[in-house]
Amino acid sequence: MNAIGAENSHSGSNVEAFDVEAVNSRENRSLYEARKAIHPKRAKGSFRTLKWWVMAVTLGIYYLTPWIRWDRGSGLPDQAVLLDMANRRFYFFMIDIWPHEFFYVAGMLVMAGIGLFLVTSTFGRAWCGYTCPQTVWVDLFLVVERFFEGERNARIKLDAQPWNGSKIAKRSAKHIVWVLIAIATGGAWIFYFADAPTLFVNLFTGNAPHVAYATVGVLTATTYIFGGLMREQVCTYMCPWPRIQAAMLDEHSLTVTYNDWRGEPRSRHAKRMRKEGKIVGDCVDCNACVAVCPMGIDIRDGQQMECITCALCIDACDGVMDKLGVERGLISYATLGEYNSNMAIAHASESTHASTVSLINPENVRGKSGQLSDKLIHTSWRSFIRPRTYLYMAIYVAIGLAMLAMLATRERLDVHVLPDRNPLFVVLSDGSVRNGYELKILNMKGEQREFEVTIHDLDGALIWLAAGSDEPSSRVRIHVEASKLKSSRLFVVVPKHQIPDTKAVFSLLVKALDDSESVTHDVQFEVPG
Amino acid sequence: MPKNDIDKVTGIETTGHEWDGIRELNNPLPRWWLLTFYATILFSIGYIIYYPAIPLINSSTMGISGETNRAILKQEMAASRQAQQAQLVRIAAEELQSIKADQELNRFAIAGGASAFKVYCSQCHGSGAQGGAGYPNLNDDDWLWGGDLDSIYTSIKHGIRNDEDPDTRYSEMLAFGEDEILTADERNQVVEYVLKLSGREHESAMALEGESIFSDNCTACHGDKGTGDREQGAPNLVDAISLYGQSRDIMRAQINNPRHGVMPAWGGRLDDETLKQLTLYVHSLGGGE
Repeated sequence: MNAIGAENSHSGSNVEAFDVEAVNSRENRSLYEARKAIHPKRAKGSFRTLKWWVMAVTLGIYYLTPWIRWDRGSGLPDQAVLLDMANRRFYFFMIDIWPHEFFYVAGMLVMAGIGLFLVTSTFGRAWCGYTCPQTVWVDLFLVVERFFEGERNARIKLDAQPWNGSKIAKRSAKHIVWVLIAIATGGAWIFYFADAPTLFVNLFTGNAPHVAYATVGVLTATTYIFGGLMREQVCTYMCPWPRIQAAMLDEHSLTVTYNDWRGEPRSRHAKRMRKEGKIVGDCVDCNACVAVCPMGIDIRDGQQMECITCALCIDACDGVMDKLGVERGLISYATLGEYNSNMAIAHASESTHASTVSLINPENVRGKSGQLSDKLIHTSWRSFIRPRTYLYMAIYVAIGLAMLAMLATRERLDVHVLPDRNPLFVVLSDGSVRNGYELKILNMKGEQREFEVTIHDLDGALIWLAAGSDEPSSRVRIHVEASKLKSSRLFVVVPKHQIPDTKAVFSLLVKALDDSESVTHDVQFEVPG
Repeated sequence: MPKNDIDKVTGIETTGHEWDGIRELNNPLPRWWLLTFYATILFSIGYIIYYPAIPLINSSTMGISGETNRAILKQEMAASRQAQQAQLVRIAAEELQSIKADQELNRFAIAGGASAFKVYCSQCHGSGAQGGAGYPNLNDDDWLWGGDLDSIYTSIKHGIRNDEDPDTRYSEMLAFGEDEILTADERNQVVEYVLKLSGREHESAMALEGESIFSDNCTACHGDKGTGDREQGAPNLVDAISLYGQSRDIMRAQINNPRHGVMPAWGGRLDDETLKQLTLYVHSLGGGE
């Protein structure tokens, strides 16, 4: 593409045209060629602002969450979010999940799945464009790149120029900061798995476990390579998400769309063409949309798998439209259904200019006064809020409420009784029969509790603890520390004349003395013969 | 290589292979693939240098790390022994009662005793210490030689009727039938009398006859009421548990020509820590006194 001369600028409108190639557009891309670098220009506009905010919030959550403290009483970690692998516990603020409650995590994954359906069917690839870590970190790395190497043109020049002191300085500064960010990223990850302040100190004094250093190393490498070096290639070649997400879109999903129906035929010489009586659309072919694209595509080629719908081309184009004094939205979020309907209007054959090359006639969408036609559909919430969306929302909310209800009413006491298998029973010298059990009481509360175990439905039965010194009686007391499992050996004895004829089922009632939480467990009593 | 065979449609060189008119283009491999391939080669070189890798006839190259599963197991075993050292030293030094009083140490000792029991004792006493005919059940509360910690410890250390240990526990019942001390009738009468003492079904007339025979021949060891004497290792005859069984036939056989079980003296074979751990384990099974 040639440099764009002064004649190409739109007099009076001051629109800058960019010499840029959409390196990843279908025609330009070959699987057998080395990657061509993309130097995205910084966009300005509401979507860019939104993306800055999303970046700040997501990075803030990622880096700061492990440092939030949450008091759970003595003996329990005071980290608000902690995946305690060694003790097999997951802490999330006031919630603690035990291994046998892992279905809550499964439920959250189901919700995440439904949430993905909801967001994708409604807003398209919003995940890719705004919140995917790859997108966020590439954005962050681009900020660093811009800081050291300048805007797009400066970076292209730097790329082309031979190595000298200034280039070495700029490049190494950029890579050093990238590596530092990568280390911080890998470093933050491990704080979710151990007490952050302790691990932080250990990390620098060389006392952290090997797995911590290995994890930091691996994540540093992936962050640096994916965010700094590979960038859009990760999305296009490595990530299965674009393929999966594409299957969830339909004609009512929002996507970033170039509205051919008002843009074509595009021309760099709109004024001259109009003077010559030719028909031109709103697109002045300035390539601003291509210049800002981090994926190296041209949105005007239509929907492409490479497009992560980051909406930066919308910002770029809106800026140009403002300068031209035309309505914004030549590139906009739109649904395929609306786009097709508007295209049909533009394609209508009542064209007065038969000579036009393009089939699209802008006069179909603009009235004589230059106003856009009333027949056009503009995107509003009605475009994408539809039964499917409501259904996803309903399922999402239903699962969420069900999980909340379960969480609010869940037991904080769990009892298991394992009968002795060898021997099944023991006959004592007075002819009575004794059975032995492993009684496991899991106190899931953050405070120590005293439990009373009583025996029911077995006549004459007496119980005692192997470890205790109490005489056999109808009840035993067991003290369990906060958030601990206590395993006790429990003996049950039935006098000779009250031994049941066949094995009998009785129940053990385990009741917390402080808060009356109780669990009844049915157990079998084995007898000789 | 000369660029000989160029495909006309794509302008790309072919490999020169042709199958039924289909020719293979010689496209270069994707760069990422090639780089990954080279990386795996580099990795394998590092692997061979660092880890044991190449098999030889009797062993393999050891690599600079020498890290084999066997070596790791050895290390782990040494580490776990090291980790147990503090407790084992305490167990060796302290009295059984004070070990039992320390909850943590007691738990450690019982676990250690349980594993030693599986190795040395389960062959006779069963894996659940439930015993069998002739082999005492260690879960119940009936003890021939006593069920307190010290008695159990002595039994384990010196064994029962063990020729090699001068301090072994020893008891012997006369063969009242085989040695013709009592007649068959007398022996049967004694059986009925013991049944009577136990509160079980019996022939009253015979039992009446048996009473005097019992007091003449049996009470020295088994006591007036047949409740036995642990000092002498004389079993309690009137409780619900008997080493060989409680049927008349077994009782008659035992009086006729008694069987005498033997237990090894473990004192010479196991260290004192293990003996104490075994003691605490057996004591914890439910019958400990």
